[in-house]
Amino acid sequence: MSEYSEQEKFKPVHTNKVDGSPYSGVIGWIDNRLPIFRIFKHEYLDFQVPKTLNYFWSFGGILMLCLIFLIITGLALGMHYKPSADEAFDSVEKIMRDVNFGWLIRYAHMNLASFFFIAVYLHIFRSLYYGSYKEPRQLMWLLGITIFFLMIATAFLGYTLPWGQMSYWGATVITNLFSAIPLIGEGIVTWLWGDYSVGDAALNRFYVLHWLIAFLIVGIVVFHVIALHIVGSNNPSGIEPKDTRDTVSFSPFTTSKDLVGMLIFILIFVAVMMFAPNYLGHPDNYIPANPMVTPAHIVPEWYFLPFYAILRAIPDKLMGVIAMVSSIAILGLLPWLDFSKVRSSVFRPIWKQCVFLFVLDFFLLMYVGAMPAEGIYLVLGRLGTIYWFAFFLVLAPLVSRYEKPLPMPQSINEYMDWKKKGKIKTFNFT
Amino acid sequence: MIKIFRTFLIVFFFLTQNSFSEVNKTDLIKVNWPFDGFFGKFDKASLQRGFQVYKEVCASCHSMRHLSYRNLGEKGGPEFSKEEVKAIASQFEVQDGPNQDGEMFTRTALPSDKFVKPYSNSNAARAANGGAYPPDMSVLVKARKGGANYVYSVLMGYADEIPSNITLEEGVYFNKYMTGNKIRMPKPINDGSVEYTDGTNASEEQISKDVVAFLTWAAEPHLEARKRTGFKSIIYLLILTILGFIIKKKIWSNIETKV
Repeated sequence: MSEYSEQEKFKPVHTNKVDGSPYSGVIGWIDNRLPIFRIFKHEYLDFQVPKTLNYFWSFGGILMLCLIFLIITGLALGMHYKPSADEAFDSVEKIMRDVNFGWLIRYAHMNLASFFFIAVYLHIFRSLYYGSYKEPRQLMWLLGITIFFLMIATAFLGYTLPWGQMSYWGATVITNLFSAIPLIGEGIVTWLWGDYSVGDAALNRFYVLHWLIAFLIVGIVVFHVIALHIVGSNNPSGIEPKDTRDTVSFSPFTTSKDLVGMLIFILIFVAVMMFAPNYLGHPDNYIPANPMVTPAHIVPEWYFLPFYAILRAIPDKLMGVIAMVSSIAILGLLPWLDFSKVRSSVFRPIWKQCVFLFVLDFFLLMYVGAMPAEGIYLVLGRLGTIYWFAFFLVLAPLVSRYEKPLPMPQSINEYMDWKKKGKIKTFNFT
Repeated sequence: MIKIFRTFLIVFFFLTQNSFSEVNKTDLIKVNWPFDGFFGKFDKASLQRGFQVYKEVCASCHSMRHLSYRNLGEKGGPEFSKEEVKAIASQFEVQDGPNQDGEMFTRTALPSDKFVKPYSNSNAARAANGGAYPPDMSVLVKARKGGANYVYSVLMGYADEIPSNITLEEGVYFNKYMTGNKIRMPKPINDGSVEYTDGTNASEEQISKDVVAFLTWAAEPHLEARKRTGFKSIIYLLILTILGFIIKKKIWSNIETKV
């Protein structure tokens, strides 16, 4: 064997990649060794986004903002809160009264949870309406639904922490749902409680899990955002951008627009937090938890009401729990149930109506969830539940099969042209 | 379709506004409280009188375990002077200890002490009240739907004429605004229940208003600071939003996006 072929057997390696930064000086020196600056430049300054994005696309940034502030305020609260059945309620009152700006931090955390859900519902609506869940964004959509599940879990756990009447009874009702599982249900509930009833042990672990899940959300959000930067943003036209006539760079265009969206959102949030901080809560949660007294109506937080209505619409406990969980999980199947090639509802006259009805259904179920499960409310709840599942299992495949989409422009640039000429009708939310 | 949808949403929210608050069939008495609204502030004199009502009427049964005597002198509250707070606290005895010999002892209360409770525990409270538990009043106003108006309505809701369809057991009283129209608390406030030193006419209404104002402050001691900060932040945010919007307009002015 010659020396030459001996060389051929090996591939060159490049373990040392210190090079290639677009920056010089100290930033360049760091960036050559840890490419955070070039990643930031690439993904947040030069990143191209469709120029047709309307304010519905601000909710991603708004949700990020909510998450960050929830964690900051949560950290501050955690420094004074005591997760014990005897002390939890009093420690929250102490935060409200004696901790410097404790009232502000606590009200902010409490209301941010609600506003987080307002934003996430609008974010999900945006995806439904403009078909953001479709190829190639299915994984983003699945990650999003995972985040939504975790949000539900952490919001529920967080609501138990003040240890008021609704905290206690809400926790009792929801953890008891696990007892619907045949054979092992009762055992699981006892295991979850760490006791034979909701009490000190449960509260302690709820506190730990509330933190844990909050950080799990952060982790999945990172994946969600990385995936976004691979597949790119969808847009109201649902057409992929082709060249720079269709796009703007993330900064300063998207940043300035998101800033406006965020400021309006913060404005509304501050108005509610400062002038009606308890409007979205339940007064019973200012009564310390009492295992001997059951509240007249046990109702969850407003953002769980639609799913609570689905739970109660089914007469059987186990089936009710399955229906409730699958009412959210079924969202994950949507990219495959709706196989229409057209993304945006702007060009899908029938699907558009289905989505609007779905929104209506959401509010109907929310209303029913707040009412006692009897009479007309039970009927409405069942109708609402039927539509909820039919939307995914029946309407999505049927509509995508038989609907005739409107004529579509070839590019985003042309879409804007058509819109100017009034050839496309959709709501203005620029 | 979109129009119908919009109309439906508006109608929906209008309807639910009423139905979400399913307190009672009876509408609560609506009082024009000075602490309501964007510029709401407590009336200090009213809070001071309200404390007097609490001390002389309510405190014999209702505790306020989250409040300390020092709170009475803090900003945004009844704002008693330092001396007055000391004097108020010194009217009470608290148990302290153990001392160096391991004995518990009683001493005069200090401003830093919590409000002294009427009963040592909830069983004692029940035993003394025919089985009914007088709730702690520190967050009472926030713990009831309707808040201050509700508490005021209950105080004013006793009537001599009991509707014929209601039968009252021993130790139960008729009240227009309680759930089921029944309450275990005898009418606490009448004309002249307390004697005001500042010359205010101690009518039933006045006394009730004063004590409800006091309870509202007790439940939300930072209400004034909250509304003040809220107002300032909204002005600030409004300006910032307008500026942000102008900046956005300017940045986007070269780009065609009339979509």
